[in-house]
Amino acid sequence: MSGTFTKSMARNIFFGGTVFFALLFLALTFDSMQTIPKRDNHANLTPSVVAGKKVWETNNCIGCHTLMGEGAYFAPELGNVYKRRGPEFIKAWIQSQPTGAPGRRQMPNFHLTETQLNDLVEFLKYSSEINTANWPPNIEG
Amino acid sequence: MQYSSQSVAKPYFIAAIGLFLGQILFGLIMGLQYVIGDFLFPAIPFNVARMVHTNLLIVWLLFGFMGAAYYMIPEETETELYSPKLAILMFWVFLVAGAATVLGYLLVPYATLAQYTGNDILETMGREFLEQPLLTKIGIVVVALVFLFNLTMTMLKGRKTSIGLVLMMGLWGLAVFFLFSFYNPSNLVMDKYFWWWVVHLWVEGVWELILGALLAFVLIKVTGVDREVIEKWLYVIVTLSLITGLIGTGHHYFWIGTPEYWQWWGSVFSALEPIPFFAMTVFAFNMVNRRRREHPNKAATLWALGTGVMSFLGAGVWGFLHTLAPVNYYTHGTQITAAHGHMAFYGAYAMVVITIISYAMPILRGRAANSEKSQVLEMWSFWLMTVAMVFITLFLTAAGILQVWLQRYSSTPIPFMAAQDQLTIFYWLREGAGVMFLIGLLVYITSFFVGGETKAKSA
Repeated sequence: MSGTFTKSMARNIFFGGTVFFALLFLALTFDSMQTIPKRDNHANLTPSVVAGKKVWETNNCIGCHTLMGEGAYFAPELGNVYKRRGPEFIKAWIQSQPTGAPGRRQMPNFHLTETQLNDLVEFLKYSSEINTANWPPNIEG
Repeated sequence: MQYSSQSVAKPYFIAAIGLFLGQILFGLIMGLQYVIGDFLFPAIPFNVARMVHTNLLIVWLLFGFMGAAYYMIPEETETELYSPKLAILMFWVFLVAGAATVLGYLLVPYATLAQYTGNDILETMGREFLEQPLLTKIGIVVVALVFLFNLTMTMLKGRKTSIGLVLMMGLWGLAVFFLFSFYNPSNLVMDKYFWWWVVHLWVEGVWELILGALLAFVLIKVTGVDREVIEKWLYVIVTLSLITGLIGTGHHYFWIGTPEYWQWWGSVFSALEPIPFFAMTVFAFNMVNRRRREHPNKAATLWALGTGVMSFLGAGVWGFLHTLAPVNYYTHGTQITAAHGHMAFYGAYAMVVITIISYAMPILRGRAANSEKSQVLEMWSFWLMTVAMVFITLFLTAAGILQVWLQRYSSTPIPFMAAQDQLTIFYWLREGAGVMFLIGLLVYITSFFVGGETKAKSA
């Protein structure tokens, strides 16, 4: 850096640049808030889905699985599991855990009630219907 | 040490290193569960181990940042800390809250923990990295506010340097963005949108200010280069960080129900995110080459240079690898993400905290630098941990590429678990590298207990 570029110039660029890009980010966020309702499937946000999201959260499902690609990478993507497996398979699978197969990755049994299972499935159905720009690339997640 | 109140940093640094060890042990457990699926099941299921692993990381880095700030701010402001007692009190509050939370994770089913800690009052739990019970989250806010009050009061009565200012902006930003962890709408898209305001705006936003300030502080001390020059660099680096990183948040808004223009904004701006890290590397090497003194603490200089290089590789290069939307379409949420996460956190944040500890700890223990013997051991630990992390990253990258091919890209995609079965060799190799990392960390800890002749006390 040449001698003409002083610290106070650098500081001014820092404050100016930060404020400018923070405002741009806020503007894009504002626009996103207008656009998201067209894609987020909120029409199907039923009380059962809301309860299902709580089941998802309070059992720390994200600690092993991904949901729309975010989470842990130990177990399958579940954002599209409703489409991949269907409701009955999902419920039966959760209830039959752990498999106890030696050496295989194990999922705990969370002792969910029938209502909780149904809510969770409704939540996964709602999640699978969010417009994710065609992600994941195929049904395997 | 110039100001006696700087000594409050010491317990923070010790706690940071202790929790770091815990983080690595749980990392090794998880690494083994990737290949021996039922290892420690049902005592420690994977999701519990992961929560402990990532939460310990966050907490030890926070301990490190706080210790760093308590050490740096008195020296920067040329005045004693506003209240050393408050700093020590908050240390114990944070340590006890952190320990109680980890014990809660390990001893109580997560759903039960949620039930007994007020999650029904305000549902904030069960989201990645923000798994802490409501009470812990409130505790974090209280500790952060008291910490910021203490430092801001110190700053107000003393000299205001650019390093001090950038550090304080980073720390205030950290506290402010954490408040979004209390916002958890039922609408999953909105939940995810603002979840990133904690996670991304921390690690690719305000934390970079903290990183820059810590690095600049240590470089002034070990190189003796003029403060004006170093602070000018610091401003340039943090400018680059924020003008790329703020809109760069868009690289998380590709596939979560957000508008598709984010694929452009996110790709373009996050493709520029390596630039500040590259600048940091050039900065560190430049300052060390232009040094006006030979500081006896060689180990601290090594860590400072390492931070530049490894943050550029981990955050910059490995981030760029999968940040363009057409690439990310295939790599999103695979082992590629894990590879990037590991090297970026180590290279940027773990290493900068170790840098400041390496510089400050000998002074807090009454000497300018540790003995030759101790420093040699510390430098061994640098190479062991850093090389191990390079291998962890390479093995996870290999696993990720294969995973993407098998599960996402080939004309006959196979199911997740079928793909995982084919990655076993890479997971074993990663675990081996993990053991090497642990050995490096144990060598690092040992270096604190190695005596020998110490360098004379001087600044």
